[in-house]
Amino acid sequence: MTEIRLKQVRKAYGDVEVIHGIDLVAESGEFVVFVGPSGCGKSTLLRIIAGLEEVTSGEVEIDGVVVNDIAASDRGLAMVFQSYALYPHMSVYKNMAFGLENTKMPKAEINQQVRDAAALLQITELLDRRPKALSGGQRQRVAIGRAIVRNPKAFLFDEPLSNLDAELRVTMRKELAALHAKIGGTMIYVTHDQTEAMTLADKIVVLQGGNVEQIGKPLDLYNTPSNAFVAGFIGSPRMNLLSAQAERSEQGGIDLVSGTHRIALPELAGIAPGDKVTCGIRPEHITITHQDSADLTVTVEFAEQLGGETYLYCSGGGVADLTVHHMGQLNKQKGDTLHLALDRSQMHVFGADGAAIVNGIY
Amino acid sequence: MMSDSAEQPRSVGRLITAKRGRSKLHWSDVFSYVYLGLGVLLMFAPVVWLALSSFKTPAGLLEFPPTLLPLGQISVEVPGYDDPLLMFSTTMEDGSVRELAQVRRIGIVATMLDPNDPDQTFSVPITQNEPIREVRMAWENYSGPLERFNFMSYLWNSVIVTTAATIVTLLINSMAAYGLSIYEFRGRNAIMLFVIGTLMIPITVILVPMYLVVTSMGMVNSLWAVILPGAATPTGVFLLRQYMLTIPKDLIEAARMDKASEWQIYWRVVMPLALPAIAVLAIFSIMWRWNEFLWPLIVLSRSEVYTLQVGLNAFQGELNVQWHYILAMTVVTLIPVVLVFAFLQKFITTGIASSGMK
Repeated sequence: MTEIRLKQVRKAYGDVEVIHGIDLVAESGEFVVFVGPSGCGKSTLLRIIAGLEEVTSGEVEIDGVVVNDIAASDRGLAMVFQSYALYPHMSVYKNMAFGLENTKMPKAEINQQVRDAAALLQITELLDRRPKALSGGQRQRVAIGRAIVRNPKAFLFDEPLSNLDAELRVTMRKELAALHAKIGGTMIYVTHDQTEAMTLADKIVVLQGGNVEQIGKPLDLYNTPSNAFVAGFIGSPRMNLLSAQAERSEQGGIDLVSGTHRIALPELAGIAPGDKVTCGIRPEHITITHQDSADLTVTVEFAEQLGGETYLYCSGGGVADLTVHHMGQLNKQKGDTLHLALDRSQMHVFGADGAAIVNGIY
Repeated sequence: MMSDSAEQPRSVGRLITAKRGRSKLHWSDVFSYVYLGLGVLLMFAPVVWLALSSFKTPAGLLEFPPTLLPLGQISVEVPGYDDPLLMFSTTMEDGSVRELAQVRRIGIVATMLDPNDPDQTFSVPITQNEPIREVRMAWENYSGPLERFNFMSYLWNSVIVTTAATIVTLLINSMAAYGLSIYEFRGRNAIMLFVIGTLMIPITVILVPMYLVVTSMGMVNSLWAVILPGAATPTGVFLLRQYMLTIPKDLIEAARMDKASEWQIYWRVVMPLALPAIAVLAIFSIMWRWNEFLWPLIVLSRSEVYTLQVGLNAFQGELNVQWHYILAMTVVTLIPVVLVFAFLQKFITTGIASSGMK
């Protein structure tokens, strides 16, 4: 079991710093997911852990040993690449055995290990084929097989599912979760897909622009995002973010004014009249109500009827792109007027700098 | 292009009667065929002439007017004469034409006899005699040098030089290309430019210094003198390096993660993947080495170490050129290159396309 720890890791290409001092711990046996938009540095961070990139400053520790000067091949980690990076001139068996042959393991033992790993991933019948003759999902399995056969200290995954079609991605996601449950092992997984992050992770690291935005369990990130970026990034469809200005209300509380809308809140620490804030509310925390108790009155721009649930995309009164989720079917069409109530206990308010002021108002 | 590959392979007959349209000949068809025909003639005529002439006797080669086919005069055994007699087609005084054998010739008069009736002889002026000839191959042009002139050992030397030099070339050029393509370091492109720049130095300029180096290393008159100096070719480094640049970086990194040493990455990952480019370089190297003449001529002066090309030169004396041997042995030296071309032409075209060299 392996613990990986990053201390103030920085990476610069020439004068351009792309990783700005990251501190991070992947506990032993933990499934850690790095998630963020493209260009946020998540893959670079993974490659730094792998040893394929050098850090400009800071330390990478594996099991308490600083590995900054240890080559990738000697760090004892295994990596699954986005492109799978299977050796095209070798059979599946050879692909999986290559890493073991390099460690001078006896042939019989290699054979045993490869066959065990192949059985685990159900690719035994593919062992004699070349990667060219495999489908995307099969290549993916072989790439994972090549990683687990070496019995590494930790597994690194660099967007391993992004080349698969949607259906296969869901299947492989489940298999990866099952695999982690079966073999344990520390896993670090990079993705730009927040659904993958939510479903797989023990711990999510949200990155943006080379900085860690938030680290936490999936539901903690969902329920208590520390800033507007995390709030917008985690959850699908996205959280609605309304920019608003705080005003003193007649009842003594605070009103958030966004366009022609006025959302009444109690007095809250950290929000003073005149502050520019962002009000965040997830689509599933908006309910359709009647005119008297409405916080927002908007017009339906587009309705998605999925049968089991309904998504309404609305705008109006200075608010654009407001998404409303409704369980079950709802007979609404383009042009219909909606009166919406926002669930205060699930409402988030972010300050002008993006940091969360409150997550849920009671 | 998709439809092309789906079609049945065309027969040769259909290929050489192909037309632009479906109906009758377009003027551009005629033009194309004439143009291509000229091209074929230009390319093949010398080779065909060489191959046919290599079977001619020395006398046949010097004959005027020259004949295309190797011809020899028919002769017959006639009882009572020790040597076979040459056959002529003779125009008799009465104007009839008979096939007669020549017994002897004195001045401009020849004594002839009919092989079927040896007792009767005729005296005819030689102007009335026309030799009767048939296609006859002078195989001795081939067997002679191969037996008497040690040509087999020249051939063997050439094979050794070509094989060894090609292996050495492939090995060190691919290593240089690996270094210049897989590793990223400051000055990588400058080094590559420097390597390419050596192409601009013609061999004649470095001939003397190279000879001095080879002499001081004591390699004169050994095959190593031919094998080693030309082993590192800028063309080869360039060709392999450009190809290796196209190998996905992920594969190299995957190999690093798989605990492969640099040597293993080179030998087990990069080399197999660069095989098409290596095949191209191998073909080039074989052709270069097989046809090399000037450098071997300079460093090899004992006939035991002659390569084929140098050996061929030996037939060209100051006073006497043995054309029949030169032609025959030229054909022998051409055969391996032709075979290489025939079997590997697919690689050659890709090689020329990717490197712009030939």
